[in-house]
Amino acid sequence: MSADSSQSLLPDLLVEIRSVSFGYENNLVLRNIDLTVRRGQVVAILGPSGCGKTTLLRLIGGQLKPSRGEVMVDGLAVPQLDRDDLFQLRRKMGMLFQFGALFTDLSVFENVAFQMREHTDLPEEMITDLVLMKLHAVGLRGAHELMPAELSGGMARRVALARAIALDPMLILYDEPFAGLDPISLGVVSKLIRTLNDALGTTSVIVTHDVATSLDIVDYVYLISDGRVVAHGRVEEIRASSDPFVQQFIKGEADGPVAFHYPTGDYASMIFPGHGD
Amino acid sequence: MTVPYTLETGSAPCLSLHGDWTLDNYSWLLAAAQPLPGSIDSLDARGMTAMDTAGATVLLNLLGTEQLGRLASDAIGLSDERKALLIAVGKSVATQKSGPTSPPRQFGDSLARLGAYVVKGSAEILQFLSFLGLALATLFRLLPRPDRWRFTALIAQMHQTGLNAVPIVMLLNFLVGAVVAFLGATVLREFGATIYTVDLVAYAFMRELGVLLAAILLAGRTASAFTAQLGSMKINEELDALKVQSLNPMELLVLPRMLALLLVLPLLAWLAAMAGMAGGAVVAVATLDVSLARFIGIVQEIPLRHLLLGLSKAPFFAVVIALIGCLEGFKVGGSAQSLGEHTTSSVVQSIFAVILLDAIAALYFMEMGW
Repeated sequence: MSADSSQSLLPDLLVEIRSVSFGYENNLVLRNIDLTVRRGQVVAILGPSGCGKTTLLRLIGGQLKPSRGEVMVDGLAVPQLDRDDLFQLRRKMGMLFQFGALFTDLSVFENVAFQMREHTDLPEEMITDLVLMKLHAVGLRGAHELMPAELSGGMARRVALARAIALDPMLILYDEPFAGLDPISLGVVSKLIRTLNDALGTTSVIVTHDVATSLDIVDYVYLISDGRVVAHGRVEEIRASSDPFVQQFIKGEADGPVAFHYPTGDYASMIFPGHGD
Repeated sequence: MTVPYTLETGSAPCLSLHGDWTLDNYSWLLAAAQPLPGSIDSLDARGMTAMDTAGATVLLNLLGTEQLGRLASDAIGLSDERKALLIAVGKSVATQKSGPTSPPRQFGDSLARLGAYVVKGSAEILQFLSFLGLALATLFRLLPRPDRWRFTALIAQMHQTGLNAVPIVMLLNFLVGAVVAFLGATVLREFGATIYTVDLVAYAFMRELGVLLAAILLAGRTASAFTAQLGSMKINEELDALKVQSLNPMELLVLPRMLALLLVLPLLAWLAAMAGMAGGAVVAVATLDVSLARFIGIVQEIPLRHLLLGLSKAPFFAVVIALIGCLEGFKVGGSAQSLGEHTTSSVVQSIFAVILLDAIAALYFMEMGW
């Protein structure tokens, strides 16, 4: 699980984001972001709520187009792709949504099988084998007949993970995979993300604000605040950083570069208008 | 100490303050504060044990801003902090802006609101037409590729929207048919023309009521269901999950629903017309001395084109109901409240659209002399 081995073995970049801005002219969600993801790595994009992390994920997935800059995935410029090429590219990506987003009308088995049925001509027996393998990988082969409503939050997240790896993607995107999980499920899901990434030889991008959990499993960290990359580096570098924002974020301090108070004027002048005139 | 202040009248009136001038005593201070008879020459605060902004406000109201400003600087026994507090309160009261008042209502307001509705409405119409175009484009792209037709979803939707709606549609139309027959019988009896009740019921249900009632029921029953289904999928991020799996929600979710309604509504409309006439027949046989054979005989003389004209409207209603239901579902935001709002909106819009289309069709058929 060391960061260096995967880096030196596969030096080429899978995701390249070059000076990307997104948003309206006077209300930019992302400002001049540079971000790269190497093949085989697990990269975390950390940041406070509402800092543009999920937008970044949608840019990589081609659901949004940047206002400026380049988004390259596997050597393809995502915003310039036409519909068919984009769909082609998305088949090589898996995405895990915050609360799983399983299809509620379909059983666990059918949820995982859905993409295989849609995108491949595999015979039914092979689909059954594949689905059970994917479910076995997340430890839920025994639950394949259940409906999503019968699953706990952690199990739903794991089924969604099995669905995300159904077509053996080269890139898996995780949108807040740790939100709302109990400590045991949290441990299971985070361990799964790491082991599946290494076992399948894929690449993972995790968007989260769960610092402690993500720092334990990832290779490289990008810290984003207010639409900018404020720090990036390997986990040890981030932990050792002297940057006040990084320290505030990692330690979860209430006040610091990210102020406790919403920006406002002088207290006295608000309570006594005209005071000090 | 029962009063907050005493006034020594004489050649140089002096106001002496006593006790706590604080929020705890605010009601006591207010009750005691009577308008002063005249101007005061000096202020004695030696007896005052405490003061906060509430007390300062009462004192300010008692003396007035100008007089207080004049007296505060030379007041006996008033600490600098309390002077500062009095001055601060005085300033803030003087510069206080009255709270945000809503501007007075004007005649133009309702016009502006009307304008806003028109703009919003036209934007919604444009959105609906774009959605219709997208649905048709997707449909025509799929037509030559039968391997991607979704029969399972289509049959499931037909079952839900069609078969399951049969009892309610037939019952409702049977009852309305009976009501129309009673109405006709009552009015036509005056002219001794009760036999035309049969024509009234038959024409009404073939041309208008059968298809219209079926469509309105479906708008209430099915458009809302479509909105709720797609809306909860949107909230649950299932729509996003479809997209990232390179699947098209239009193809997977909207088209089966639209085609199901397209196939089912003409059938329901036909059943509705039959049920309506059956209701009329029961009333006619029971109260008008018209035998069932006679009733059927009269109905059979009516040209078939009237029924076909009525049924010809069904596909249009079906597309409008299905697409409004689906579009509103896609518009649902992130909350359960938004889901409720859009479900309501989809029912209102689809019923309105159905009745509007029916009115246009009636005008058109009349002008064409059909």
